[in-house]
Amino acid sequence: MTGSAGSAGSRTVGTSAPPQLSSDELAAALDWYAKMVLARRFEEEAERQFRRGKIGGYLHVYSGQEAVATGFLSVLRSDDIFFTSYRDHAHALFRGVPPGAVMAELYGKATGVAKGKGGSMHLFDVSRGFYGGYGIVGGHIPLATGAAYALRYRETDRICICFLGDGAMNSGSFHEPVNMAALWGQQKMCPIVYVVENNQYAMGTPVARSSAVTNLAARFAAYDIEAERMDGMDFIEVRRVADRVVRLARENGRPYAVELLTYRFAGHGAADLFQPYRTKDEVAQARKRDPITLLEDRLRAAGGLTDAQVEEISQTAQRTVEDAVRFAEESPPPPPDELYRDVYGTPS
Amino acid sequence: MAELTYRDALRSTLIAEMDRDPNVLLLGEDIGLYQGTFRVTADLLARYGPTRVMDTPISELGFVGAAIGMAMLGLRPVVEVMTWNFAFLALDQIINNAAKVRYFSGGQVDVPLVIRGPNGAGVQLSAQHSQSLEATYAHFPGLYVVAPATPSDAAGLLRTAIRGKDPVIFLENAALYGMKGDVPDSDFALPFGAAAIARRGRDATVIAYSRMLHVALAASDQLAKEGIETEVVNLRTLRPLDVGTMVESVARTHHAVVLQEQWKPFGAAAEISMRIYEEAFDQLDAPIERVTGADVPMPYARTLELAAVPHEAAVIEAVKKILGRK
Repeated sequence: MTGSAGSAGSRTVGTSAPPQLSSDELAAALDWYAKMVLARRFEEEAERQFRRGKIGGYLHVYSGQEAVATGFLSVLRSDDIFFTSYRDHAHALFRGVPPGAVMAELYGKATGVAKGKGGSMHLFDVSRGFYGGYGIVGGHIPLATGAAYALRYRETDRICICFLGDGAMNSGSFHEPVNMAALWGQQKMCPIVYVVENNQYAMGTPVARSSAVTNLAARFAAYDIEAERMDGMDFIEVRRVADRVVRLARENGRPYAVELLTYRFAGHGAADLFQPYRTKDEVAQARKRDPITLLEDRLRAAGGLTDAQVEEISQTAQRTVEDAVRFAEESPPPPPDELYRDVYGTPS
Repeated sequence: MAELTYRDALRSTLIAEMDRDPNVLLLGEDIGLYQGTFRVTADLLARYGPTRVMDTPISELGFVGAAIGMAMLGLRPVVEVMTWNFAFLALDQIINNAAKVRYFSGGQVDVPLVIRGPNGAGVQLSAQHSQSLEATYAHFPGLYVVAPATPSDAAGLLRTAIRGKDPVIFLENAALYGMKGDVPDSDFALPFGAAAIARRGRDATVIAYSRMLHVALAASDQLAKEGIETEVVNLRTLRPLDVGTMVESVARTHHAVVLQEQWKPFGAAAEISMRIYEEAFDQLDAPIERVTGADVPMPYARTLELAAVPHEAAVIEAVKKILGRK
């Protein structure tokens, strides 16, 4: 973090020489590497099933951004909570939601996490502190902010993470709650971390065409929220910053923000086939810094990962995804009377 | 039983519920230091402190959305909107999050949230500050829409709203804040979807809610002098709508007039009338008559404004029309 409460600022963290991994870090990294591989396979399979017509509606995959969600979710306590947007499959998987229940939700089946009533954009698992995927860009930011207040109101030391995209920062639903978060933070009443997943595009509009200030972290200074900007492709680096920032939010009851520079390998949604707003070469360049490959290289260099393990992790992920698809395929659709359930908590 | 103003009925219910449940907290613009634009929250900041009585920035989207998040975490926020006109700025939060998050999460969260404030025309507040928005909210599944007409209704419905599990659109009325009436003591709660018969009569049923109830009652007094006895239904809530009470009344009177303060097209009176047609068409001796406001943005000039909202003369005329009287 740079600056004090009175002089919030931001800085760019360059990619430096790989630091040494502690033994704890090494064990965690191996575990999260496997989860990243699983999420990537899951997303590839989801896109395949979308093309086969098995998955309807919209489908927004996370491939390329895995180091962001893993970096932060790997330091959350099990009683902490988080909110995110509609690009939410990987967040659910990283938090331990069974892959079958996630795939079944995409299939619109009764065994899905939301009983088949939310779909791809509205994954939820409150029992794991996952308060949802939301489909209106930026619309979840006020919810997460109020939820953070509620955690302190109940005198807990739990914290809330709000994942949001670069596009969401241009909505009123960003500016209003972050101002309130900073005010509430003055009373130690808003332990939240805003994690800006800057994947360079708001759907098809590049950051430079939608934000007058392209250093998104710097924009938090307007609300006296300490923020920093960093490479979002390196799990180890993201996790170190996440650990520090989450601890600060927990200790100080104040909002913090981190902008992660990342890249969306796939289109905005599964229907975004031709991607006329960017070149194939740009995507190919970005793929050279694939967060999974980066972590794999790190682990190999540290002597924590062998070829045999890579192969095993890959095969396990493949089997898990195949099982998830089978579970989704074999699950029943929601029963007809589910149509009218969950509209109200107290039926009238 | 105590005689209270509508304002004090609301305020004393807030106090009782805040004393009863530490999860109840208040948010809104100028509800603390300023004491509330209509003084419904007078002295509550001093009584409960800034953590429970939160003055917010002028950020309707932000603080309504934050209150939804608080409710999802188990608090019971009561949000004051200075008037319902300003809640348009929070409409996405109310409709896309509060009303739907239980459903699209497959029932994983409750949203015990009350949003309250004055709805409808005031006195010369002109176009942007004089709107009756009940039909807008009553359109959406997942919301309750409540429109108390009396101090007793205000207290009983607010208590039910605060203790519920779902978002409640609680529509007060600025003209009613000073109205006095008897309010039952402690723990008085009125269920949603239970209308009241405010006046008994055999000749025609007049259906109203919020301030229009008093227009209906005034018209009924006038009609009684001419020997026409109207039955007046006070709906109390629009969602859920107590169709049963309306139909039973129409089964006795065979005539119905529906009142609503503002614009006729796609308004509450259209839905209410249609529900009666669907359930009790055979009971009707004449078509239902709607008494509504003028289909224009609210003008400023007092003379024009008076012409834009329904008065008892229009109700009297409508009742006589369906009864075939001059």
